Amino acid sequence: MDFHNLLNNYGEAVAMLLFGIGFSNLLLQKNLIKKIIGLNIMDTATYLFLALKGYIHGRKAPIAADGVRNVEAYINPIPSGLVLTGIVVSVSVTALMLSLTIRLYRRYHTLDLDEISTLLKKEGK
Amino acid sequence: MAFVQNFPFFSILLSLFSGPLAFVLNAKGARRVNLAVITAAGCMSGAVLAYVLGTGEPYVYTMGHFPAPWGNEIRVGVLEAFLALFFCVIMLLSMVGGSLEQKLELEESKQNLYYVMVNLLLCSLLALVYTNDLFTAYVFVEINTISACGLIMIKQTGRTMEASTRYMIMSLLGSGLLLLGICFLYDLTGHLLMSNIKEQVQLLAESGAYHIPLVVSLGLMSVGLAIKSALYPFHAWLPDAYGYSTVSSAAILSSLVSKGYIVLLIKIFYRVIGFDIVRETKVVHVLFVFGIIGMIMGSLHAIGENNIRRMIAFSSVAQIGYIYMGFGLGTAEGVVASIYHVVTHAATKSLLFVAASGITDASGDSLRYRDLTGAGYRNKLAGAAFTVGSLAMVGMPIFSGFISKLLFSQAAFGHRYKMLPTLVALAISTVLNAVYFMKTVIRIYTPVEEGQQEEMAQGRVITAREQPAKSVALVCFIFLNLLLGLNSEPLIRLIGQGLEKFG
Repeated sequence: MDFHNLLNNYGEAVAMLLFGIGFSNLLLQKNLIKKIIGLNIMDTATYLFLALKGYIHGRKAPIAADGVRNVEAYINPIPSGLVLTGIVVSVSVTALMLSLTIRLYRRYHTLDLDEISTLLKKEGK
Repeated sequence: MAFVQNFPFFSILLSLFSGPLAFVLNAKGARRVNLAVITAAGCMSGAVLAYVLGTGEPYVYTMGHFPAPWGNEIRVGVLEAFLALFFCVIMLLSMVGGSLEQKLELEESKQNLYYVMVNLLLCSLLALVYTNDLFTAYVFVEINTISACGLIMIKQTGRTMEASTRYMIMSLLGSGLLLLGICFLYDLTGHLLMSNIKEQVQLLAESGAYHIPLVVSLGLMSVGLAIKSALYPFHAWLPDAYGYSTVSSAAILSSLVSKGYIVLLIKIFYRVIGFDIVRETKVVHVLFVFGIIGMIMGSLHAIGENNIRRMIAFSSVAQIGYIYMGFGLGTAEGVVASIYHVVTHAATKSLLFVAASGITDASGDSLRYRDLTGAGYRNKLAGAAFTVGSLAMVGMPIFSGFISKLLFSQAAFGHRYKMLPTLVALAISTVLNAVYFMKTVIRIYTPVEEGQQEEMAQGRVITAREQPAKSVALVCFIFLNLLLGLNSEPLIRLIGQGLEKFG
């Protein structure tokens, strides 16, 4: 087997591993807080992937300082912009999830979603 | 450039800014703003539809006059304008039909927040329909998710809170996959505008380079959107979310929110990747199989349900299955049938939810079957409307559902492997639909026997005049259904014409 590509792109491989870890945590964990942590790992992995794809070796962040106007001097700014947008989205989603979790915890005194479902069935409403 | 061409952008912006506006108004003011904005967006979409039907060609609207590979774009053709108009109509009718419940079920101080959510939802739906930029689409998918979650949880009971948490979790899994798919595609092509991506994807397909990443990216986006639109087996959140939220929310969630994602998926198939390449990647087969399973399993769940709202919700799972099965056929006819079914299902499901609320109002607010006995006599208009909706879902001729089933079977005809499974699944699903919908219709038209009265929840007679808003909405819904069922030819032609120019 040829591991050459994998070794060259180890950053992307790590990003995918992290995405898998986050995804399975969000899907499988019972505890709501752990789910939210999974969500954040998953999103961050995507940003890592994007940031890696926008990076060009040996170049600098695209901020025009010291009068350098040459395009060749800078990395691709678009993925960085996408990461910023993505961070905004994931922050708001995380805030929403956390507020839901607080609500549920106050009412049912547990963070386990399945347990909450059982309690709801007992309430019978 | 004609002034009308600005309207898609105006309608998105108008609904976006009316959100914060509703936040500072009181409940009554927010409600008026909301209805006015939906009507205005609908009128603008109607004008745009008339314009693009006149020119016959889709047009591209560059935002801020930045040219193609850099700027953000809106692309409007016949199909987009029609869908925007239709979504506005359904949303307006759902909001009017559920206006009584909005006042009764929501806390006084939180009612204006409800309209904030609805305005933002309208904004995101319009943006999903019109946008030509993949990352913009992702951002509006998230706005759609967040506002839909708000619509569920605004009625604060334990059930809705649990349902919105489950909804968020499933949705976030879906958007994670969608985002990763978009990142892969951006990485492969270097573009975010859909038309530019397609050019590059065509080149990649011709040269055969990066075949696997392309398929993975398409798969991620399809699965992500399928999860978000509650394709079986990702439907666990759906019955509670639709079953216990307030009526307008349930109607809007089932008929519009899931459809926004489906419109985006059609866009990805046609405008981003190109349907020929999608067909070759065999992603369609996967959608086909899940669609077929969903059609049958959704109906089976619905049969076992003892709560009328949850039953209608499970029926949505089956109908989403139909739509994905249409994509799975991998032909233009199949996609036309799917789009027609998107329209049919939106018109019928919102009718059913509003009618069901009329029926339960006449049965002491109970959702259980036993208490619904004879409700069709107590609330005549809601009973008639529910019957129309049921017949349409089952697929009776002269109602809208019949046409979409006809289109599905015609599309499947002559297909080498998929004809038989499609026809068999359609037949089984129709029978199952008939079982649970007709069971309900018979139940609401069974007179209450003596001695049974004590066991039932206290019902009361409701006349059409007593709830004028709901009655108007129901009558409009019934006419819409009959229109779709009796005069489908122009619409099918419009969808076909729009889809040709969609890519």
